[in-house]
Amino acid sequence: MMERAIILAASAVGAGLAMIAGIGPGIGQGYAAGKAAEAVGRQPEAKSEITSTMLFGCAVAESTGIYGLVVAMILLFANPLIGLL
Amino acid sequence: MNVSVTGPKIIFQLPFGIHITETVVNMWIVMALLTLLSLWLTRNLKVRNPGKRQLAAEKIYLMLTGLVKGTMGKEQSFFVTYICALFGMSMFGSLMGLIGLRPPTADLSTTLGFALVSFVLTQTVKIKSGGFLGFLKSFTEPVAVITPLNIISEVASPISMAFRHFGNIASGVVISALIYGALAALSNAVLGWLPNSFLASVPWLMAGLPAVLSLYFDVFTSFLQAYIICMLTMVFATDSE
Repeated sequence: MMERAIILAASAVGAGLAMIAGIGPGIGQGYAAGKAAEAVGRQPEAKSEITSTMLFGCAVAESTGIYGLVVAMILLFANPLIGLL
Repeated sequence: MNVSVTGPKIIFQLPFGIHITETVVNMWIVMALLTLLSLWLTRNLKVRNPGKRQLAAEKIYLMLTGLVKGTMGKEQSFFVTYICALFGMSMFGSLMGLIGLRPPTADLSTTLGFALVSFVLTQTVKIKSGGFLGFLKSFTEPVAVITPLNIISEVASPISMAFRHFGNIASGVVISALIYGALAALSNAVLGWLPNSFLASVPWLMAGLPAVLSLYFDVFTSFLQAYIICMLTMVFATDSE
C-alpha cells in the first residue's frame, strides 16, 4: 500500500512538474503575437496573411508544450508506473 | 464534487478481442454526417441561377482549393481531395464535443491515423518526384554524417503532428469536464440553501459560461487544428520536392 501511495504522490508531483513546459510556448507565442502586431501596424493591408502565418507558427511552437501536457495526462489518467509494482 | 475524466469507453466487443470504442462509433457518426452533407450540397447543381446551397458549396470548395493552390502551387491540385477529406474529418471530429459526444480526435489513435496517412502520402510524393535513389540520397544532405538525425526528424514529424492535435482537443475535453464539475459544486454551494428542492437541485450556474468557453476550446481550436494539420501535410509534401 505504501509503495502505491508513493508512486501516486510522485506521479502527481511529476504531472505538475511536466506542465512547467508550458512556460516556453507561452513566451514564444507571446513574442510571435507581438511581432505579428508590429507587422500589422507596418502593413495593415497584409493583415489576413500575417494572421494565418502567425497562427501556423504559434501552433508549431506549441508542440513542445503539448508534449509536456501529454506526459502529464499519461501520469494522471493512464499511469503506467502503478503496473510495475 | 465528483469529476471524472476517462478515456473512450468500450461500447461493444467483436470476436478476436477487437474493441469498438466510443471513438470508433463517433467517427462513424462523423463519416455519416460528412457523406450526407456532401450529398446534400452537391444535389441539383445548375450552371444558371444557382441556389444558395450551391453557392455555399462553391464557396467551401473555392476556399479549400485556394488554400491548397496557394501553399503548394497550381500543379499539385490532386491534393485538394485529400486535404478536403482530412479537413472535414478533423474539424467535424473535434466539433462533436459541442453536441455532448466525446470528440473522436481526443483519442491518440485517431490523430495518429491522420498523421500516418499524411506521412505515407508525403513520402510517396517525395519518392515520385525524386526517384527512389534521390529519396535515399536526400537523407544524406547536406553532409552524410547527419543521416541519423535526418531520419529521426523525418520520423518525428508524424508523431509531433499526432500529439499536437490530440493534446489540443484532449486538453479541451479535460478543461470542460473540470469547468462543469466546478460549476456544479459552486451552484450547489450558492443555491443549495433554497427550500424548494427543484430550485436547489438544478445547477443553474452551469448555463451560460461553458458556452462562452466552448467557443474557444471547441469551435476555435477545432478549426485551428484542422487548418494546422492540413497546412503541415501540405508544407511537408511541398518541402520534399
